[in-house]
Amino acid sequence: MSRITLTDVSRAYGQVKVLHDINLDIQDGELIVFVGPSGCGKSTLLRLIAGLDRPTRGKIAINGQDVTRVAAADRGLAMVFQSYALYPHMSVRQNLAFGLENARMPKPEIEQRIAEAARMLEIEPYLDRRPGQLSGGQRQRVAIGRAIVRNPTAFLLDEPLSNLDAELRISTRAELAALHERLSATMIYVTHDQIEAMTLADRIVVLRAGRIEQVGTPLDLYNKPANLFVAGFIGAPRMNFLPAAVFPGSAGATIGIRPQHLRRADDGESTLKAKVMLIEQLGSETVVHGDADGHRLLAVLPGQQGLETGEEVMLAYDEENLHIFDENGLRAD
Amino acid sequence: MSRVTEFIFRRRGGRGWHWTDAFTWFWLIGGFVMMFGPAIWLVNSSFKSPAALAEFPPTILPYVTAAATVEGHEKPLPLYEVTQPDGSTKVLAEVRRVGTVAQMVDPAVPGETVRVNIQDRKPVREVAFAVTNYVQPFLSFDFFRYLRNSVFVTVMATIITLLTNSMAAFALSKYNFRGRSFVMLIIIATLMVPLSVILVPLYSAITAMGLSNSLWGVILPTVATPTGVFMLRQYMLTIPDELIDAARMDKASEWQIYWRIILPLTAPALAVLAIFSVVWRWNDFLWPLIVLTRRELFTLQIALNTYAGETNIQWHFLLAMTVVTMIPVVLVFVFLQRFITTGIAGAGLK
Repeated sequence: MSRITLTDVSRAYGQVKVLHDINLDIQDGELIVFVGPSGCGKSTLLRLIAGLDRPTRGKIAINGQDVTRVAAADRGLAMVFQSYALYPHMSVRQNLAFGLENARMPKPEIEQRIAEAARMLEIEPYLDRRPGQLSGGQRQRVAIGRAIVRNPTAFLLDEPLSNLDAELRISTRAELAALHERLSATMIYVTHDQIEAMTLADRIVVLRAGRIEQVGTPLDLYNKPANLFVAGFIGAPRMNFLPAAVFPGSAGATIGIRPQHLRRADDGESTLKAKVMLIEQLGSETVVHGDADGHRLLAVLPGQQGLETGEEVMLAYDEENLHIFDENGLRAD
Repeated sequence: MSRVTEFIFRRRGGRGWHWTDAFTWFWLIGGFVMMFGPAIWLVNSSFKSPAALAEFPPTILPYVTAAATVEGHEKPLPLYEVTQPDGSTKVLAEVRRVGTVAQMVDPAVPGETVRVNIQDRKPVREVAFAVTNYVQPFLSFDFFRYLRNSVFVTVMATIITLLTNSMAAFALSKYNFRGRSFVMLIIIATLMVPLSVILVPLYSAITAMGLSNSLWGVILPTVATPTGVFMLRQYMLTIPDELIDAARMDKASEWQIYWRIILPLTAPALAVLAIFSVVWRWNDFLWPLIVLTRRELFTLQIALNTYAGETNIQWHFLLAMTVVTMIPVVLVFVFLQRFITTGIAGAGLK
């Protein structure tokens, strides 16, 4: 059981408020992702949950118990740091054992836990090496191993994939998902990469400037973004935003449509006219940068399109794929 | 080998001499003489007899006048090269000298003395090392007791210096507290206060604590070094804070963070400070001279001072023992200079 509840949590550094009244209920066994642009306060929020920093106001509870004033070590959480923060002067084995030794765990049990974690993460061959002798991916596994051996109530992961190259990032992402499945432990995952968030999360928390913009499952956020920020942040390439006037007969102030939801128009469809400014041929799809009445418009069209720069193209859309936002940028429907 | 010589004798002017070649040679040789001249002079002089030391003009190598045992004379007689009236030279031994005339004898013909004007003769000189300069102090002078005192002071002071300075540096680099920069400023500011200024108050403090005439009285006032705190702090600032966060998550106490994480990672800077501390404490003179008055507590540097009396300095012993006391410092530098360069570079100090 590990349910983490945040009530009105705020954090200020002097006059600068970095988190504003965060309310969040993290369920047991859930993989929740904090996502947002850099400086949005997601790492600060994670540090508050970890106990490495104290909130200026508000309450943090784990399983109903108030831990706001409890030291990091006594919250039963484990953290994987962005830089991995492996102790460079200790072997991998000592790195894994350090936390357990500090908890006065008997030697045989430490050995057993390390063996188990090493097997699970396939780091057995490197147990006696120093972190400096490992590759980025291996270090990453050791960092996760250090969290696993602790058998924590919840895992906190601070951008754990950001130091890996693109290919390794994708495979490690899949491994993390599998690991979450196997351990069925609560995980709080911080990232600025919305694809990581979409692929891993049970629920996503979108943060901006210290405030929660929206909480929901990945598809909720994709299909029903609560405001312009979430709509623009989730999904790649970015959603197109056009003034409502461009779409005949539609309500609201701003209309959003995802590039993937535009297609070449057949006759008699509701269409947008755009001038092709740039074409990116990806083989399986074509990204068209267009100009519709002075508004930038992006369309991802399937396959290879015989289009040329400067050409006029008619793009069609379905009414149900339109996202309508009011003057305040909030979802209208 | 040929490549080495080629490297050493390579000149900018190619076959000829560019002015920079001449300047480089002049500069390097001059520098070599400046740096090593005193050391070489010290080592060579430590092997000279008192008479040779008093000689003018001084020589670099230790020379003594050669002597020979001549039949009918108890002591060995000094040898001179005498220019004969016919211009040839001959080696004679001096029996005695009266005014400008010396009575001399041919060692081969001991019975017959010759009178020689002292302007017609030159002493026969040979290089000889007066090893007694070294042996004698070991026998009469309580060298090993002073050595033990010196080693005790150096080792204890260095250990305590490393410990206290690294603790201060840890707090000043890894904890955020009000007045941190101010404390750092004060510590740095103490660099500007020379020992001679605080000598009197420091002495009264030490006396009040009953530490005068005790080796601890020498050790304790020297252990808090601003240089050490500053150097270690600069180095510790480069240790990522995430490591400390990780250790906190790993249930490490603040002491464990210091002892098991920070200290091992500061090893290169600690090595540099250890070297400095050893050299400082080993060579300390003024402070121990003031605190220690009982002979059995003297450190080597103070004990050496006893060779310098009010009217008479026993240079030959003083020089020999100075060479001996230099040996540990030289060894420290020879074996640990690698740490000094890497550590200083790593500490961001140049």
